[in-house]
Amino acid sequence: MFGDYSIGDLGAIFAMQGFAGLILFSVYVLMALGLAIIFGQMGVINMAHGEFMILGAYVTWMTSSFFQSHLPSLFSGYFFVAMILAFIASGSLGMLVEWGLIRHLYKRPLDTLLATWGLSLILQQAYRSVFGAREVGVELPQWMMGSKQVTDTIEVPINGIFVMCLTLAITMVVAWIMFKSRWGKQVRAVVQNRVMAGAVGINTEKVDRYTFGLGCGIAGIAGSAFTMIGSTGPTSGQLYIVDTFLVVVFGGAASLFGTIASAFTISQAQSTMEFFMSGSMAKVLTLLTIVAILMIRPQGLFALKVRK
Amino acid sequence: MINSRFFNRSELIGFLSLLLLLAVILPLFLDVFRLNLVAKYLTYAFVAIGLVMCWGYGGILSLGQGVFFGLGGYCMAMFLKLEASSVENTKIQSTPGIPDFMDWNQITSLPMFWKPFHSLPLTIIAILVVPTLLAFIIGAAMFKRRVGGVYFAIITQAIAAIATILIIGQQGYTGGINGMTDLRTLNGWDIRTDHAKVILYFFEVFVLFACIIAAQFIRLTKLGRILVAMREQEDRVRFSGYSVANFKIFAFCAAAMFAAIGGAMFTLQIGFMSPSFVGIVPSIEMVIYTAVGGRMSIFGAVYGTLLVNYAKTMLSESFPELWLFGLGGLFIAVVLFFPNGLSGIWRDHVARHVDRLFAMRSSASRKAWASKSVADGAPAE
Repeated sequence: MFGDYSIGDLGAIFAMQGFAGLILFSVYVLMALGLAIIFGQMGVINMAHGEFMILGAYVTWMTSSFFQSHLPSLFSGYFFVAMILAFIASGSLGMLVEWGLIRHLYKRPLDTLLATWGLSLILQQAYRSVFGAREVGVELPQWMMGSKQVTDTIEVPINGIFVMCLTLAITMVVAWIMFKSRWGKQVRAVVQNRVMAGAVGINTEKVDRYTFGLGCGIAGIAGSAFTMIGSTGPTSGQLYIVDTFLVVVFGGAASLFGTIASAFTISQAQSTMEFFMSGSMAKVLTLLTIVAILMIRPQGLFALKVRK
Repeated sequence: MINSRFFNRSELIGFLSLLLLLAVILPLFLDVFRLNLVAKYLTYAFVAIGLVMCWGYGGILSLGQGVFFGLGGYCMAMFLKLEASSVENTKIQSTPGIPDFMDWNQITSLPMFWKPFHSLPLTIIAILVVPTLLAFIIGAAMFKRRVGGVYFAIITQAIAAIATILIIGQQGYTGGINGMTDLRTLNGWDIRTDHAKVILYFFEVFVLFACIIAAQFIRLTKLGRILVAMREQEDRVRFSGYSVANFKIFAFCAAAMFAAIGGAMFTLQIGFMSPSFVGIVPSIEMVIYTAVGGRMSIFGAVYGTLLVNYAKTMLSESFPELWLFGLGGLFIAVVLFFPNGLSGIWRDHVARHVDRLFAMRSSASRKAWASKSVADGAPAE
């Protein structure tokens, strides 16, 4: 199998595959962060998470079209505006959904799964009616095109590097919000003991709504970043939802660090195996391994020990 | 209300009216094309009955029932495909006597796991055993380690995703995304004619009622009661000395077997099987049939399946855009407002009047009994 390649070639191939894995890792992390907050912290299964992501992607696409036709001079910076808009759009839709749907179902987690699946169908059809069934792609600004030559044989695409930096920044912001800010402390208090948190004066309903909104908003940013590396269609979100849930469950539902670690493991495993076999078999093997590990260790890699 | 009879009165009414509808009214008034559609819907009813046992009674939500449906369907399809690709029929292939898609994928001999499907008895055994065995493995691995609830749902969903990717990826062995098409005869009997479709319809209704009776039997035994008890208070059942995991495994396996029978029926009725009936989307749609009909009611599940599929066909024929809005809205409405589905509505609003009607007609000597049953509301679970 390796006979045809020299050592240098092999190293380059592994480096490139590893980098492709890192881009996949970024998408997983961005999607899984929002889900980890919603599922891990609140125990709500949000099957429409992929659709919140796609909403962010469509907002980015609209912003880029707007800048292209009205403000071409500022086009190179449109992405940062788009990201904020995507966060606001997905986040406010998320809060609306929490208010209208989720808050009635906190005691029935399996039913949130069905209801949010219904929501995802409605959103998909809405996107199809509004934006059309064809996939749309945004035009990248000039500075994001091309790739950077690292050595003679290794080159990495710039948009990939950008997405990774973005992931790093957002992860740090989320970690700060959850672990350092006063609001994050309230969220964790509500997760650990809802009744006691309410008793010490935390408005648990408000915390729930903002937590759900934050999770969906991060999904919107994920969608925004997603447009940098792929095109967006009405059903693109569904492709990632199962993977993302596995990432969150595999990492240990309540642990943000576990989520990142498991996203890294899964994406690297998948992209490395893709080199040895067909893409579909690599995916099957990765998923099967995760399922097998989850059967042996149902609590995931990093379980948070909480006395209930 | 513990009832020693097999069906209490309202269940008997439900059973007979369903029998009347499926075996008499629909065949009388529908042409063969529509009857075949009903037959297709009814194949999902098998899955829905399985879900009533596993989800409604046992509280185990499986989002991977499509896998078992597909396994049953594929087992049947493999038998039919082998029969359709006899040496005479496949003379033009480079390797005659193997299914066409294998020939297209440069496979020159029949793979080992296809060999048993030359024989019909072995195929029928495979339809019943293979999905049940898979369910047993999944169930044993998960329930013994006390994985349940949402985790089980997510993992079964992942298994549905894996199954689809595997079937599509292994084109040479499974027919890939197109599935197994061009199925013709069952032991020499052409299944594509109108006459065969009607006979298959009645056969399917017969098997469906056999499954309903089996499910009802399970529900009435001690096992069924433990399942319900487990759903309500798992720990108490465990502390009473029952092995909770074994009961869950049983319910999951039974549901898988029902789904597989449905899948095999599907292949016979429709004449093909493809991965689009295996994956995440069909699996979760099967759950919604059950939810609409009422997750606690066997008959409700059958009616729910028929109604949702009828609505789907109607809406996607005339307003394809509206269908997904309708289905999504249905999911949300059922979960938010009618957690017990149609059977819950029936029980709360209609059953009382039916009971009163019977109470008026019943003789004076039985009056006391009848009025008691009105007070109970005669649960039509």
